[in-house]
Amino acid sequence: MTEAERAIVPQGIEELEIIGVRHGSFGTSAGGDTSGFGGLVEPIVMPAPARRPFGGWFDEISDELELSLQAAGLPATDAIEKVVIYRDEITYHVRREHLIAFATVLRDEPGLRFEMCLGVNGVHYPGETGRELHAVYHFLSITHNRRIRLEVSVPEGDAVIPSLYAVYPTCDWHERETWDFFGIVFDGHPALTRIMMPDDWPGHPQRKDYPLGGIPVEYKGGTIPPPDQRRSYN
Amino acid sequence: MSTDNVTFTSAGSDEADSYAGSYDTTDGRIYTVSGGDWDTIAGAPEGEHDRIVVNMGPQHPSTHGVLRLILEIDGETVTEARAGIGYLHTGIEKNMEFRSWVQGVTFVTRMDYLTPMYNEAAYCLAVEKALGVTDQIPERANVIRVMMMELNRISSHLVALATGGMELGALTAMEFGFRERELVLDIFEMVSGLRMNSAYIRPGGVAQDLPVDGAQKIRETIPLLRKRLKDTADLLVDNSIWMGRTVDIGYLDLAGCMALGITGPVLRATGLPHDLRKSQPYCGYENYEFDVITKTTADVYGRFLIRIEEMEQSLRIVEQALDKLAPGPVMIEDKKIAWPAQLSIGSDGQGNSPEHIKEIMSESMEALIHHFKLVTEGFRVPAGQVYAAVESPKGELGCHIVSSGGTRPYRVHFRDPSFTNLQSVAAMCEGSMISDVIAAVASIDPVMGGVDR
Repeated sequence: MTEAERAIVPQGIEELEIIGVRHGSFGTSAGGDTSGFGGLVEPIVMPAPARRPFGGWFDEISDELELSLQAAGLPATDAIEKVVIYRDEITYHVRREHLIAFATVLRDEPGLRFEMCLGVNGVHYPGETGRELHAVYHFLSITHNRRIRLEVSVPEGDAVIPSLYAVYPTCDWHERETWDFFGIVFDGHPALTRIMMPDDWPGHPQRKDYPLGGIPVEYKGGTIPPPDQRRSYN
Repeated sequence: MSTDNVTFTSAGSDEADSYAGSYDTTDGRIYTVSGGDWDTIAGAPEGEHDRIVVNMGPQHPSTHGVLRLILEIDGETVTEARAGIGYLHTGIEKNMEFRSWVQGVTFVTRMDYLTPMYNEAAYCLAVEKALGVTDQIPERANVIRVMMMELNRISSHLVALATGGMELGALTAMEFGFRERELVLDIFEMVSGLRMNSAYIRPGGVAQDLPVDGAQKIRETIPLLRKRLKDTADLLVDNSIWMGRTVDIGYLDLAGCMALGITGPVLRATGLPHDLRKSQPYCGYENYEFDVITKTTADVYGRFLIRIEEMEQSLRIVEQALDKLAPGPVMIEDKKIAWPAQLSIGSDGQGNSPEHIKEIMSESMEALIHHFKLVTEGFRVPAGQVYAAVESPKGELGCHIVSSGGTRPYRVHFRDPSFTNLQSVAAMCEGSMISDVIAAVASIDPVMGGVDR
């Protein structure tokens, strides 16, 4: 994001997670668009971090987490970057170096008891410099009937996250899938190989800079471009 | 393993036979064998063929689709089992990032092609949650969703029984299973126009209301289905041959299920009554009376019994849904989200209903604008991420969507139960016979369209 573009972000909004800037309503940047929509500029802002009190059982679980992390010799402020609450779901942004300790606490602490990890998947935010790749973990506690989400952000140039395979063996294939599609290396995984794409496939297809591919289709004299080259309404 | 003095007695020298050659590795000499007489192929000296790795699939009738099992065997005993997947990867998640939110439904319905209603429901619940309109979904739409999902559970379980039966040699069970499934697919066809991949559940409600006599036809099908399901069950329940193949086979206990993230019938066969329809109800499941079926045997037979009894419970839910079915809209009221058109069949085929065309062309300019904007551009979903999960016939089907505030998903990911459950193949099969691998995989009921997406 250049300085000129940043200026359009309202005052005081800098602390939010801005993942990019949207231009225009029709995705035009140049050419014959005279509608004026091409001049629209708007930041893409993800939900803001939440502050205490979170409300509902979110406070209860956060207290429990802080105490348990403390007991495990890990201050919560070190492990948790921020907490986001959106649509009644709580997301803990966890620093990668503390991920394994964090997940172990989640699994073992009776007050938390997230028996089940529902796997990991990646999200690529090329606009977020220094934290382009996010790994998102979902957990389910059958005992307490709760769900939480962990998010770990890493830079594209150093996309290494410790593997949760030893804590939650179910992460085995999920981590392979995330490696395959996003190129996030899960350090400590016993066999981090591609799972969906062929073994010799170049690149990581779910990244935003990886094209969708496709060919134009001709029909009755007209030509329809492939989906990623059509006019888009962003 | 020594690599000295190897004699390979198949067809002449190694180089001459490109299909059954051999080569040296750091682990010893590897023979690649594809057909031929085993006695001549296995002519290598004692100690040379003590590790035999067999590829089962991906083109094998009893591997449940294009699943490749890599089995290391010692005689008939499987010492190591690994599953190779990815043969049906179609890039659905990536494709959805280039289509509008509504168009996504037609993609997700093709993932696990035996449970299209669940794929659509999980996706639509996630989109609705991200829009913050979950409470605004009309009652009738929710009742229809529940009804279609439960009918889909029956058809999916029937295929599980049918293919599982076929793989173990019970061909009559297969014929019955697929025949009964047709009854359900006929209902799907009547309601949505399509037997599979119906794209019927849409963000905001369902694509269209039941046909005029739809509820009546579903009600008439239930007794027949109930009778036929009983016949199918009678074929296999307490059948000594079937039990010989399934009892104590593919054992996976609760601890194993938890560690591997297994959900669905496999988890409930360990005795844990975990069912999202009860614990985290969606679409109004809290208003229906049904039992969560559990068994404690944790084996293939237990999972089979759970599927049989769950179909009975599904019929109960469908009956209750039919009773609840009150007249009303089937699409959200918000005109900025609701898909505007209703389809109808005219003299020139299926298309937008004449009433709708009359409304947008000559009565309401707002209706025309909404139609145009929704069809060309689609609605916007506020930036943020949500996760919604449904109890599909195979387990927890989760949908994680990330929106950047645009008219297209920024990222969609499905936590498909088949994908996760398939990880348990090694835990279930290692140490068992090759024939038990078939039974174990059939009891997981993986659908490769969902596994690979």
